[in-house]
Amino acid sequence: MIQLWPFHGGIEPKSYKTLSNQVAIKKAGIPQFLTLPLLQHIGEPTKPVVNIADKVLKGQIIAHCENEDCSLSLSAPIHASSSGTIVAIESHAVPHPSGLNAPCIVIATDGNDEWIERFPLPNYTDIEPDIVRNYIAQAGIVGLGGAGFPSHVKLVHNNIDTLIINGAECEPYITCDDRIMQEHPADVIVGAQILLHVLGGAKNCIIAVENNKPQAYKTLSNLAQGNIAVVQVPTLYPMGGERQLIYTLTGKEVGRGKLPASIGIVVHNVETTRAIYRAIYQGRPLISRAVTVTGTGLETPQNFEILLGTPMEFILKQCNPKSNLKRLIMGGPMMGFSLPNNKMPIVKTTNCLILSDKEEVKPLQMPCIRCGACAQACPINLLPQQLYWYAKAKDLKKIQEYHLFDCIDCGCCAYVCPSHIPLISYYRYAKAEIRANEQESKKSESAKHRHEFRTFRLERIKAEKKARLQKLKSKSNASKESAIKAALERVKAKKQAIIIQHLIDNSSDSHLQ
Amino acid sequence: MQFNTSAGPFLHHDNSVSKVMRQVLYALIPGIITYVYFFGWGIVVNIVIASITALICEATMLWLRKRPIKPFLTDGSALVTAWLLSSALPPFLPWWMTVLATGFAIIFAKHLYGGLGYNPFNPTVAAYAMLLISFPVEMTQWPALASLSGHYPDLMQSINIIFIGQPIGFTLDAITSATPLDTMKTALTQFKTVGEIMNDPLFGNFVAAGWEWIGLSFLLGGCWLIYQKVTTWHIPIAVLSGVFLISSLFFLFDSDIYPSPLFHIISGGTIIGAFFIATDPITAATSNRGRIIYGISIGLLIYIIRTWGGYPDGVAFAVLLMNMAVPLIDYYTKPRVFGH
Repeated sequence: MIQLWPFHGGIEPKSYKTLSNQVAIKKAGIPQFLTLPLLQHIGEPTKPVVNIADKVLKGQIIAHCENEDCSLSLSAPIHASSSGTIVAIESHAVPHPSGLNAPCIVIATDGNDEWIERFPLPNYTDIEPDIVRNYIAQAGIVGLGGAGFPSHVKLVHNNIDTLIINGAECEPYITCDDRIMQEHPADVIVGAQILLHVLGGAKNCIIAVENNKPQAYKTLSNLAQGNIAVVQVPTLYPMGGERQLIYTLTGKEVGRGKLPASIGIVVHNVETTRAIYRAIYQGRPLISRAVTVTGTGLETPQNFEILLGTPMEFILKQCNPKSNLKRLIMGGPMMGFSLPNNKMPIVKTTNCLILSDKEEVKPLQMPCIRCGACAQACPINLLPQQLYWYAKAKDLKKIQEYHLFDCIDCGCCAYVCPSHIPLISYYRYAKAEIRANEQESKKSESAKHRHEFRTFRLERIKAEKKARLQKLKSKSNASKESAIKAALERVKAKKQAIIIQHLIDNSSDSHLQ
Repeated sequence: MQFNTSAGPFLHHDNSVSKVMRQVLYALIPGIITYVYFFGWGIVVNIVIASITALICEATMLWLRKRPIKPFLTDGSALVTAWLLSSALPPFLPWWMTVLATGFAIIFAKHLYGGLGYNPFNPTVAAYAMLLISFPVEMTQWPALASLSGHYPDLMQSINIIFIGQPIGFTLDAITSATPLDTMKTALTQFKTVGEIMNDPLFGNFVAAGWEWIGLSFLLGGCWLIYQKVTTWHIPIAVLSGVFLISSLFFLFDSDIYPSPLFHIISGGTIIGAFFIATDPITAATSNRGRIIYGISIGLLIYIIRTWGGYPDGVAFAVLLMNMAVPLIDYYTKPRVFGH
């Protein structure tokens, strides 16, 4: 039994997990078209390496990182999720909070699901960690918990002593990690062993599971051995937040601007760990993921293994949607965002789809009564009511003094607020405003620099010109003067010569006389 | 298929301002019932007068300020002010003083500062202090306990006194008396010892006849509020600790001229002040550390005003003074942010 450290705040919303966690993960099948966005992770977008009309095989890289070596960049390649033909490389609606379109590669599937030749690394223990890490980067694996941070970036081995596998799954509704831990516990554990190797022999591995998933905990505990420990953590949102989980397990605070690696800890999600296992043992890149498809708008909510790029419509149909649907959310109900339609593709960060048939009742927003329920709930120990106050007053300096940028957008404050103030929206607004201002001031700063340089350059040119002119002028002046002088001299000399001649003549005359 | 989009989070606790206010009203009920048992129906008549006044003033002010009337009128905050004020006022107070105080609370202390959420001073306390300064005699005239005067003021009798100013069949003096706090203060100035003063039947067998049960009933309601998480324990416990600490110190120093800590906690407005008035979130400090400083300071001030000030009870002025200090307390008690 290891000591646990309860973090400040947190909330215990109703879980709605039994809607979808009762049946096994089902394969969703191959849709007619797969739409794969070039950017499905946090970091730099990929660039297509195929052309329209090219035939592609399942698992073939269709978009590669800008950098030749993926392991060096904050990016992950995109693979064809099934075999078929590239029919378009164009802008398409993608599931992103911005609601903007983004470039995608569209594959018309041929239904054969034909694999490209695969090169698994089952003997990974004999291979240098860096090479295994590079292999993971090539497999396009990113954090599957919802954030989508390229996994290889968190696998650099510099004095890491603890690996944490995040199986907290604290958001309501979501159950895909729960099902994976129950159905594929061995994959998760072997995946953890691979990670320990890649991290250059980290000493400990903790698999953390919230205590509302007893079956997953039991299954994993039965298999775990050696330096891998399975630990139950309290069911408290946002336990699955990387820094909250680290604190709960170790009592160490990793603040904003610091990386867990700086205190020797690395955290990976359960499904990411399984994806790494599948890459190493089966040579299977990240071409599919488990997604919880749930909500009151579906007759049969359940978990699916879905090929990346599958349209959401294709999946939702398989769950017998009710009529009169109102809202579609991607991600959990706390940190997810609502989508305008069901035509968008499943991407690497889609862990959950919630379809609701209930009209969202937005209760009237009342004034803040300073009850402080938000401050009691904040896992970061911020003062949300003060942040709200300054956001409303557009006091962007003060709001940063109250550590706005430490806010993790978890939504606990908005959840508990008795006045129903959309606090998170206010913070997002303030953050965006500050970033825009910074960009603006950077822009004006560089414009100022440019202007100053231009003025300097013009001045210099002017000065040079002037100097040159001066030089020319003085030179010409000097020559003129000397010419006049010479002429004068010549005249003078001539005159003198004449006078002398005269004198000589005269004297000779007088001599003669 | 098209869907409505909105910003998350998409889950919400079933809490609301009106629920919070309703819970405060429920929590006042045990105290009010005990009050009726000891001092008659005057408090109920006052609650009715104050509630009607509060709702009318609230609606008028919302209308004048062009605010939506229904959501704010039904949020319960005006009723909480009315009920709290009635629980603190003397039960036989002339009706127009109750109307005046309630109107002052809602119009001046609340709406002229911007309405719900924006008032720096607790409206109940501001109105109470206004009456206390303007009508000191009426504000210290309490019904005598039935066990002492031989008369229990029922509903009709209470209405008579409140609206006409004269009880039927008695003189007003015969059925009113000073409060234990007032009696103590006056008697101490006449150089009696606390022991002698406490022999008065007004103080009962414990520290203040009747008042001890009323205090305990409000305590019960207050504990329920903490249990329901409507408020946290910090402010009430800090207020009581403040009163207890300073009164124990002086009681131990000289128990002849300084009454016991229990007397100070049970009598007067200490308990209702600690659990219902100082905890008003709008005018209190917000961080837990700030709440403790705020509470203890109120406790100390209550004792200081009672002992050395001009008024028998100090709850109202203590709360008002600390309301002023809230921005300062909040500024200096910011909690340490995770990872800093």
